[in-house]
Amino acid sequence: MSTAYDEATEGKVYSVNGADWDQVVTGVRDSEEERLVVNMGPQHPSTHGVLRLVLTLDGETVTEARGVIGYLHTGIEKNIEYRTWTQGTTFVTRMDYLSPIFNETAYCLGVEKLLGITDRVPERAQAIRVMMMELNRIASHLVAMGTFGMELGATTPFLFGYRDREMIMDLFEYITGLRMNHAYIRPGGVSVDLPAGAVDKVGEFLKEMPKRIKDIRKLLDENPVYVRRTKDVAYLDLTGCMALGVTGPILRAAGLPWDLRKSQPYCGYETYEFDVATERGCDVYSRYLVRMREMEESLKIVEQALDRIAGPLKGDPVMIEDKKIGWPAQLALGPDGFGNSPDHIAHIMGSSMEALIHHFKLVTEGFRVPAGQAYASIESPKGELGAHVVSDGGTRPYRVHFREPSFCNLQSFPAMAEGGQIADVIAAVASIDPVMGGVDR
Amino acid sequence: MTSPDNLPGSPEGGQAPEAAVPAVPEAPVARHGMFGAQDSGDTSGYGGLVVRRAPQISTPRPYGSYFDEIVDALALDDAIERVVVDRGELTLHVKRERLVEVCQKLRDDPALRFELSLGVSGVHYPHLTGEELHAVLHLCSITHNRRVRVEASAPDSDPHIPSTVSVYPGHDWHERETYDFFGIVFDGHPGLTRIMMPDDWDGHPQRKDYPLGGIPVEYRGATIPSPDHRRSYS
Repeated sequence: MSTAYDEATEGKVYSVNGADWDQVVTGVRDSEEERLVVNMGPQHPSTHGVLRLVLTLDGETVTEARGVIGYLHTGIEKNIEYRTWTQGTTFVTRMDYLSPIFNETAYCLGVEKLLGITDRVPERAQAIRVMMMELNRIASHLVAMGTFGMELGATTPFLFGYRDREMIMDLFEYITGLRMNHAYIRPGGVSVDLPAGAVDKVGEFLKEMPKRIKDIRKLLDENPVYVRRTKDVAYLDLTGCMALGVTGPILRAAGLPWDLRKSQPYCGYETYEFDVATERGCDVYSRYLVRMREMEESLKIVEQALDRIAGPLKGDPVMIEDKKIGWPAQLALGPDGFGNSPDHIAHIMGSSMEALIHHFKLVTEGFRVPAGQAYASIESPKGELGAHVVSDGGTRPYRVHFREPSFCNLQSFPAMAEGGQIADVIAAVASIDPVMGGVDR
Repeated sequence: MTSPDNLPGSPEGGQAPEAAVPAVPEAPVARHGMFGAQDSGDTSGYGGLVVRRAPQISTPRPYGSYFDEIVDALALDDAIERVVVDRGELTLHVKRERLVEVCQKLRDDPALRFELSLGVSGVHYPHLTGEELHAVLHLCSITHNRRVRVEASAPDSDPHIPSTVSVYPGHDWHERETYDFFGIVFDGHPGLTRIMMPDDWDGHPQRKDYPLGGIPVEYRGATIPSPDHRRSYS
């Protein structure tokens, strides 16, 4: 332990490097200061990544809390400005890495709005998007629940959450080729159709998953330790949510059934049957219940989407039939394990020079998007995910800004934590479910 | 720019492309040619291209949909510079000194009730002299299930826009982010500091004039140019 007096800070500074807590305790006991300012993070197991919380403590009570972010800023929004519109999907998918499909969809809906092709995206592509998004919602909520349990001291929910999420990761890997960072949703549709056997695999998942959700519910719903750690903790009512721009499960746990899938539908959500989960507790426990219910509702939507994909929409195109936008290649997994498009390669290399030129131009130059701006928003697992997309008429985005729900919701953390116990800070942050990749972008 | 002696003999010379785009005669020329090839003879044929900037649009009434109702209920026509209806979205370009007043009315008027703000985004348009920096607010009314976009602009020489934290407390971090990335100073913000970049960072990275820097590589003394100086189609 070391103590130092820094002119830039008020009072004595203690920095703990190892197991020297005794010296800190002795130092603080002798100190005349009532107030203790503690840095929680940026590296801390329960801050969901590199989030720093500056807590002013009076005993065990948090009197002031501030969040410090930016440790994971990667400049994604700036990078997109120097790539083509299609390449943009590979960047946005890395923002909130637990819900990549949502980032891609929000971005693509924005680009499609600018192109004016929203109505021309094939129905099959929309159904696949919906299915993938809802699978992703379950995966994201499972991580939220799992880490949540772990941070409150229960490791079983964590193991259950990650075990069950693995089934979805496997599905994603089978369908898109990647477990994360898929770049699967593209402007105009999706990059490839479902591979053979995908429908059966999703069907098996639908049979298995309800049991798994019940298992987690059995562990946590009535668990006295869990309930006492979460009930009436981190209270944020509807007024607070509105003022701070909080959306998603936190808002619905405050009693407002605001879900963009219902209120401002996109991708054909108005044709699916599902309920919006709400609770009235405004606390951490209600947010947990909302997320659990949402997983169950998501399963319903996946089932309906799968019926359409396997039934009436079978064999339909998955990319817009506009040769100027949709990439001509339809990738398929070859025997070497790499994606390729043998028919298309035979066509461009063997029979049509024009097709080769067209392919080359479309991939390297990309398509042009008429000048203007658009805002597309979707209901991500964390809340309203909005993409503000600006074009100057060129082949690259002029500006892309993401309204990240994690970023906005994390702002409400002081309102939840101040005046409470320091142990409840963990529950408050966990109930927001911030993903720092999305917060910092 | 391609030197004229590379082009096929044509009496109009560089005038030909001007006549090719009569639809937007008022649109200013953004640049000539493509790939940024200015020095040697460009034989690709792209050198003669003229790329025009999209004109600033202003939509006349009626705006359609529920947009007329919003503008009527707002009744602050003198605060609105222009109204744009594009791709099914309503944008109100507001004089910056009236921004807080407009937001307050948008939030509180029973006919408007835009309770939920989705934050502040910035856009830098270096070519729009006198209004280079834009702060873009997306508002949502849960009561009426409507959306509106409010835009305020400031010149590069005086990058000040009043803060709307008093109306929408959630703008705290959003305005800090926009300040950090664009250098827009939100007057009246309770603590306008950097949020993403380190505190001692120089410059505002999302501005279009922010230098990106090339990568020095040792290959016959060549340097890889920064992304904004590479050849591009855009």
